[in-house]
Amino acid sequence: MKKVISMFLIVLVVASLFSAVKIGVILPMTGGISAFGRMVWEGIQIAHEEKPSVLGEKIELVLLDTRSEKTEAANAAARAIDKEKVLAIIGEVASAHSLAIAPLAEENKVPMISPASTNPLVTQGRKFVSRVCFIDPFQGAAMAVFAYKNLGVKRVVVFTDVEQDYSVGLTNFFINKFTALGGQVKRVYFKSGDQDFSAQLSVAMAFNPDAIYVTGYYPEIALIARQARQLGFTGYILAGDGADAPELIEIGGEAVEGLLFTTHYHPKAASNPVAQKFVEVYREKYGKDPAALNALGYDAYMVLLDAIERAGSFDTEKIAEEIRKTRNFEGATGIINIDENGNAIKSVVVNVVKNGAFDFEAVINPSDIE
Amino acid sequence: MVFFLQNLFNGIMLGGLYALIAIGYTMVYGILRLINFAHGDVMMMGVYFAFYAATLLSLSPFFSAIVAILGAALLGFLIDRIAYKPLRNAPRISALITAIGVSFFLESLAVVIFGAIPKSFLNVFRDRTILNKVLIVAGARIPLLTFLVIFITAAILVILFFIVYKTKIGMAMRAISMDIPTTALMGVNVDAVIGFTFALGSALAAASGIMWAMRFPNVHPYMGFMPGLKAFIAAVFGGIGSIPGAVLGGVLLGLIEIFLAAYFPSFMGYRDAFAFIVLIIILLVKPSGLLGKKITEKV
Repeated sequence: MKKVISMFLIVLVVASLFSAVKIGVILPMTGGISAFGRMVWEGIQIAHEEKPSVLGEKIELVLLDTRSEKTEAANAAARAIDKEKVLAIIGEVASAHSLAIAPLAEENKVPMISPASTNPLVTQGRKFVSRVCFIDPFQGAAMAVFAYKNLGVKRVVVFTDVEQDYSVGLTNFFINKFTALGGQVKRVYFKSGDQDFSAQLSVAMAFNPDAIYVTGYYPEIALIARQARQLGFTGYILAGDGADAPELIEIGGEAVEGLLFTTHYHPKAASNPVAQKFVEVYREKYGKDPAALNALGYDAYMVLLDAIERAGSFDTEKIAEEIRKTRNFEGATGIINIDENGNAIKSVVVNVVKNGAFDFEAVINPSDIE
Repeated sequence: MVFFLQNLFNGIMLGGLYALIAIGYTMVYGILRLINFAHGDVMMMGVYFAFYAATLLSLSPFFSAIVAILGAALLGFLIDRIAYKPLRNAPRISALITAIGVSFFLESLAVVIFGAIPKSFLNVFRDRTILNKVLIVAGARIPLLTFLVIFITAAILVILFFIVYKTKIGMAMRAISMDIPTTALMGVNVDAVIGFTFALGSALAAASGIMWAMRFPNVHPYMGFMPGLKAFIAAVFGGIGSIPGAVLGGVLLGLIEIFLAAYFPSFMGYRDAFAFIVLIIILLVKPSGLLGKKITEKV
């Protein structure tokens, strides 16, 4: 018996010598919004190749799939924390999924960085959860200002995905700002995974809007755009960063031409050396231009590593603190400052679909929204 | 008025698609008393077959559809042979659970083979005018596809009735639906007939899947789940086992969904719930469905 125990201990000791630092990557790799998961994963892999170790330890990435579902997201987080014993978590994309993960990260004191969850509730009241993207109050207000002032839009129908916290948040912040500016709004509702929007669109068309603003994710945005154009809608189609995947154009076809959406990034806006290098490396590796989520995945990993280095240890409480002390960090999406609530303060980029590709349209800075 | 008319046509469009899928459900149930929960996933496989026939083999959309229909028919036949045939004499619940297993198997298989990233069915068509064509009737805008769905559903019904009522294999199918052991004693190759039924039902699934993907071109491995569930509800609604019932149930379900969402906008995010409420009501009020026959238990 003693032999067995001592053998076991030896195995443990040897294993710990070879063990690497584990970082859990929790993303939607299959299911409705899997394109987002894949894009973030590409960005993280580029970052990992550039910096494969921290504080002298090799980093092992543990990728867990959420199947684009809230419950699976929570399961994946539990597995990452209990079974894989990860040091930190990068994920998720969708706010609703990040909200399912965040309480687990907070309880177990595991630092978490979301690359792209923009709903304010994700980090609210938490110490261990941060993000490298702006939040929806800003994104929604930016679209309201852009639509009202730049496009001259006065009547908007807002499509809300009742299943997505991201969508509900974005809708509310957009409406607050847009009605304050003097615009008129009608709300209609749908659910992730819906494919037929004809009932919603017939209600929307009866309002005679200048624009429709779809606050969901790309599969639904593409289908709504198609069905809206078939119903003869000729006004603007607007969206949030949930539109930012090449699949939007694949599925939407001609119908999404001219679609405008707020997002985090465009390669043309890449100004600092880190951003330019990222564009180069990405092009070489994947043979196309990077999108926002590629760059945000890269940034999430790099900000985390930077915080670990500044913390100088694998003490998770210290790392979480250091993440929120990130100032003037040069990332692929530009300069990142993370405030005391864990939110990144950044400009919004407006992109447009032109000739079947994403093109740069405008930048809206925090000062433009006052 | 235009609002009503527009939603009427939207409802018929959606209902027609449900009906097309529901016919396959009801046929297999009529013969085997098996609810083939994998039907929606066979539909998904059919869509992928068409997608790859068009993109990899660069066949025209018409021939891609033929390939998809034949492929799905073969798939249906194999599913029956591998998954259901060994359980022919087992309790019905075993076959039902197996059907759910086959459904998950097909979904996972599709993730592995075709990948989880949504694909665009638009790539199947070089000329997309047929997809984007819209007719204007009294102010309502109706996609040409609506008429195509109605026409194809009607054509399929005619073919089905011909097969079921005018051919020898149809007679065998009807006999099996009444009594399997006795039919076997009459010298009918029961397994061959059941295999044929599965192939036919799966071919229908592929045909309806292609129609579905023309309207909703977002193709991914889980795309068959919701339409399959809705078609199942439509089949129960109309009276499971009855082919005209499936069509009626499908069209009514589509209309109910669209009109409830259009006239009660605050509930439109919960449209799927309407379908399930319809299912619950029909099970409570008329369990055999609108056109279903009352089945007396044989003692």
